[in-house]
Amino acid sequence: MSERETILKVEHLAIQFGGLRAVDDVNLEIKKGELYGLIGPNGAGKTTVFNLLTGVYKPTLGRIYLCGEEIGGKSPAEINRKGIARTFQNIRLFQNLTVLENVMVGLANQIPCNVFESILRLPRHKRSEKEARERAMELLRVFKLDAYSDYLAANLPYGKQRKLEIARALATNPKLLLLDEPAAGMNPNETQELMDDIMFVRREFDMTILLIEHDMRLVGGICEKLTVLNFGTELVTGPTAEVLANPAVIKAYLGD
Amino acid sequence: MNRIVSFFKKPFLRNYANYMVIVLVALVFAVLSLTGSLKMGTQFLLEQIAIAALLAVSLSMVVGFLGELSLGHAGFMCAGAYLGGKLAAAMTASSGDQSSIVTLLVACLAGGCIAAALGFVIGLPALRLRGDYLAIVTLAFGEIVRNVVMNLPMDWFGGTLGLETPRFDRKYLFVLALVMVLLCLAVTQNLIRSKHGRAIISIKDNEIAARAMGIDITKYKLFVFTVSAFFAGVAGVLYSYTVSRVQSATFDYNYSIEILVMVVLGGMGSINGSLIAAALITFINTKLQTVLTGNLAVLQNVFYALILITIVIYKNAPGLKGFREKYNLKNLMAKLSKKPSEEEVPHE
Repeated sequence: MSERETILKVEHLAIQFGGLRAVDDVNLEIKKGELYGLIGPNGAGKTTVFNLLTGVYKPTLGRIYLCGEEIGGKSPAEINRKGIARTFQNIRLFQNLTVLENVMVGLANQIPCNVFESILRLPRHKRSEKEARERAMELLRVFKLDAYSDYLAANLPYGKQRKLEIARALATNPKLLLLDEPAAGMNPNETQELMDDIMFVRREFDMTILLIEHDMRLVGGICEKLTVLNFGTELVTGPTAEVLANPAVIKAYLGD
Repeated sequence: MNRIVSFFKKPFLRNYANYMVIVLVALVFAVLSLTGSLKMGTQFLLEQIAIAALLAVSLSMVVGFLGELSLGHAGFMCAGAYLGGKLAAAMTASSGDQSSIVTLLVACLAGGCIAAALGFVIGLPALRLRGDYLAIVTLAFGEIVRNVVMNLPMDWFGGTLGLETPRFDRKYLFVLALVMVLLCLAVTQNLIRSKHGRAIISIKDNEIAARAMGIDITKYKLFVFTVSAFFAGVAGVLYSYTVSRVQSATFDYNYSIEILVMVVLGGMGSINGSLIAAALITFINTKLQTVLTGNLAVLQNVFYALILITIVIYKNAPGLKGFREKYNLKNLMAKLSKKPSEEEVPHE
């Protein structure tokens, strides 16, 4: 296990909002192919960590390395191109685009074709459109969304919107996939289906996944390693079973 | 009938039908103009419609697709009108040829480029400002442009008197204007129906998600503002050809709002809608000006406003939803393309 390549390394990550240290001294190390969970009570700073990793916020302190390259402080678009893709806690699909087009937006940086080639309808435009369409359809098929490809994203049922977000994120060909509460608002059946999908994505795309989740059935069921945050600081890190049995973690969630 | 309708339903024709309508209009009126049966007033109206169409389609790029509210479109037009008009006047004076197409094209290019440069500059704050604040900046920008031009020395752009343009031979001006509309349409449509168009729409829909998908927001915002301003500048040059004097008062914020009204009425994010609305509003406006003269002239704005209110109510009133759905163009086409046998299906 130890010879696996480190995908993400976070050292002493911190961010200050005015007088509030929302995240303080968080360290993470995620190996290739790992399914890593970031959990903690509400307001613990999990989503803030995601926003720091994806460049929405600039860290006050600390460093973030993706495959050995420092990415802390870069813009969200740059970080995406370096290889981190994410989904959002509150779904952020492109509502006025179809399901297929949503995934095609994710493919934008994968298939080269500049603005002038598109305006002049040069051959490369046609080729790149065709390729994008095919690759997007393939991804939709993986998530069984191909039947909905012409629907506007806004018209999809909730559970399928969450899946589409994952498909769109995968379209950017990431090295690391961040899922922010993927099971939020799902019923047990949908959650089970989602767990299967996540396992499938990991296997099929050889993906490294970091996820935030409150659903302990999902976390306990699929995550290998967990980091627990509480009040912005790291409480415990370790293998899932150990962490979930840790008295400090139970105390953070349930109180004394 | 059936065959005709299905012919028009081919994807190629569906995507490019709007080009053909414009080409057809241009051809019909070119023939009329050649035979000398085109009235001066009709020609002027056509020119104004083409100019409005250019303005509306180019603004729809910013407002309808990029989702930024710009209230300074007349400012770009103003820059184009003055610079292009001045250049055209100078070129005409030196060559003595009043119908030179080269002069017109050079003027259009120059006017478009100066407007594009301004569009780039105004695109820079657009990267940081959102919604209302950008609207204020663009509104102020439009006013600044026309006031600066007005207050420059008299011998530059004519100051408060306005820039005098030579009497151009305008026989084919509207045909050229329609060619410009075609060009603008092609650029807009090809841009929107590509991966870049999807990126632009994704910025409007959800900027945070667009960034997270690796979309370069800066590049696209600046590009859209620049291209949109370019065509507004071209519209300005064409406008300078149609009047004997370019006056800065024309390009006040009311004019910007009027262009915005066209885009909104046409339906945000609909290129053909903007085209139709531009033609309709210009037509109504010009007709009102010719019909209501003398003492009735004060009623022009009243009627104009009433017509606009009626259109908006018709388009949005919940009570008229059934009516709208029953009589819209799509359903009409669907009905026409149905086979006669399908139309009367007996109930069981």
